[in-house]
Amino acid sequence: MQTLTKTKKASPLVWLGANGLRILVSIAVPVITFMVMRWGFMFLRDSEAPKLVIALVAIIWGVGGVAVLYLLMNWVVEQLPTDWTRRVQPFVFIGPAMAILTWFLLIPTVRTLYLSVMNRNSTEFVGLSNYIAAFTERAMIESFRNNLLWILVGTSACVILGLLIAILADRSSFETVAKSLIFLPMAISFVGAGVIWRFIYYYRPANLTQIGLLNAVIVGLGGEPQAWTTLIQPWNNLFLILAGVWLQTGFAMVVFSSALKGVPEDLLEAARVDGANEIQIFFGIIIPQIKGTIITVTTTIVIFFLKIFDIVIVMTGGQYGTEVIGTQFYRQFFSNRNFGYGSAIAILLLIAVIPIMIYNLRQFGEREAF
Amino acid sequence: MKKQQKLGKLVVNIVLFIICALWTIPTLGLLVSSVRTRDDILSSGWWKFLPHREWVAEREIALPEDTNLKEAITVEGFTTDDDTLQLGFEAGNGTRYQWVNRRERTVAVQGQEWVIFPKLTFANYSNVLTGKEYTYNNPDGTTKTEKGTDMSSAFLNSVAVAIPSTVIPILIAAFAAYGFAWMKFPGRKALFVIVVALLVVPLQLALIPVLKDYVNLKLNGTYLAVWLAHTGFGLPLAIYLLFNYISTIPRDIFESAFIDGASHFTIFTKLVLPLSVPALASFAIFQFMWVWNDYLVALVFIGSKPDVQVMTMRLAEMVGSRGQDWHVLTAGAFISMLLPLAVFFALQRYFVRGLMAGSVKG
Repeated sequence: MQTLTKTKKASPLVWLGANGLRILVSIAVPVITFMVMRWGFMFLRDSEAPKLVIALVAIIWGVGGVAVLYLLMNWVVEQLPTDWTRRVQPFVFIGPAMAILTWFLLIPTVRTLYLSVMNRNSTEFVGLSNYIAAFTERAMIESFRNNLLWILVGTSACVILGLLIAILADRSSFETVAKSLIFLPMAISFVGAGVIWRFIYYYRPANLTQIGLLNAVIVGLGGEPQAWTTLIQPWNNLFLILAGVWLQTGFAMVVFSSALKGVPEDLLEAARVDGANEIQIFFGIIIPQIKGTIITVTTTIVIFFLKIFDIVIVMTGGQYGTEVIGTQFYRQFFSNRNFGYGSAIAILLLIAVIPIMIYNLRQFGEREAF
Repeated sequence: MKKQQKLGKLVVNIVLFIICALWTIPTLGLLVSSVRTRDDILSSGWWKFLPHREWVAEREIALPEDTNLKEAITVEGFTTDDDTLQLGFEAGNGTRYQWVNRRERTVAVQGQEWVIFPKLTFANYSNVLTGKEYTYNNPDGTTKTEKGTDMSSAFLNSVAVAIPSTVIPILIAAFAAYGFAWMKFPGRKALFVIVVALLVVPLQLALIPVLKDYVNLKLNGTYLAVWLAHTGFGLPLAIYLLFNYISTIPRDIFESAFIDGASHFTIFTKLVLPLSVPALASFAIFQFMWVWNDYLVALVFIGSKPDVQVMTMRLAEMVGSRGQDWHVLTAGAFISMLLPLAVFFALQRYFVRGLMAGSVKG
């Protein structure tokens, strides 16, 4: 505050003379930094250096660059009169985050909304016809049906299995190991999981040795080998869903497991003394106690299966009637280049998650920290 | 009563053990297959790595060179045909006949023997990791040459994509979380509400507009493009998570630091960052797994540049072009899971915490 009043009294020229060097440095430092960063970018884009060198430079350039940017912005802001520093500094802290969020999520939402009411190359306004097409075209209706199957069958399987395993693990003698094993698929990419399950479902004609596990079991039991993922539609979807359930149950299990630990022990003890059996305790006490967690887990998995993409692409490429909304979106955008239609599908995904967004916001409002 | 409890526990253990076994078998199958030879993978199921009885060649016999493959073939008194000999003809007296080289008309006479130690190889791994050429002998005497997939460069690309895509959002989010938690500025609450709302926005929504920007800026197919995209899509969760943590740091700590004349920036770097390590680690692991295993974002933003391809893209490409070559697919898939599995086992606890917090995200 003091410095500010002082400088105001002095004539501009004197002030400039006193601060000229400082201003010069304040401008020069960012410019030099920018040039160094740009050189790094060019190197990464055009260099023919060995992969390892490029990867190392990339990591240092990217991580270091961001750190330097913050240091620099803060340094510049601290050169300002204290009054201004106090006013501007919060935006140094939150500014970059908000800028990136605006560029990558906020504006795209608006732009996609706009694209969705335009024709395939965004030259003409077509109203709601993309949406109408999305609800009437056979391929899309099939995707909706499959997605519904994913959500209904997949989610209930994940939640039920997750809860079951969490309860069993809680009472078993090898809880940690069991939980790690069930949880392990979470660390595997969907593409990797796609390979794993393709191998399990692998089909060879009946006269050859089956090397896919499922068909080997079927043949061992005296059955006919089947091509599971191309089988009678739409039941082949269930075999893709099984892969999804295998990946996601670990998540449900872990969250349930920690919720179960929060159920008061004396409540269970009291019920046991009153003569309730384990099943009565489960439905009468445990389920009501962890209801909130069940809702959270269910919505998370529903959203997850709503956006499912990778598993389907790797396992069937969306053929044989296994297309889902996520793969349809990709196909419309990148294979058919129909930007209007693709955007409409993306907007439908957004509409589907709006209730959850509202729920999150309400939760946040209730928890009000500031 | 006590006996009943013991019995109950036994049942629980057995059921859980079965579930765990079922859950582990798919991954185990992949791991085992990746170290079996190409011939073994194609001729028997991966579970044959367990001790089992197997046909082993005892001697070779040569058939007359003018044997007609289209007619019935007589081998040591048994009559069979070409197709059966390719798969192996079981004579019923404990021996089996199979082509060694169909063109030269040589047949192996095999007997059953116990195989205790499976034949293991790392050839599949060197095949997928390098770009060298590999030659395999087929049972019918032909050879097959295939080029390696040079996955090591995809591995490095994945590293170069995943590490900055993890650190950058953490850094940016930590600054923002601190700003939201401990600094006063107009619009603070409204901006934070936006962050919470963006938590569930599907990233599909952003792909095309951002791709258009990238094309205009000539950013497409660069590391920077993917970093920024992952940063953008990961930020809402990161800010939310770190805010929850940073806002619970006791106020006294800040007050005494301010009295000592520290600036916000000093407090942030010297106090808040070190204090928030558990939260930072939780999110870091979550984000790292997410980025490493991501396929869609990479596909859209690097799709056009093969030399920046990450592991998941290379693997998906292999599935598309060589979907039956299990010896390379299994090895490739296992390499792609190596790092996340290591991270997972080393830092499991943090990962779980990140996931729990992530359950608000879409």
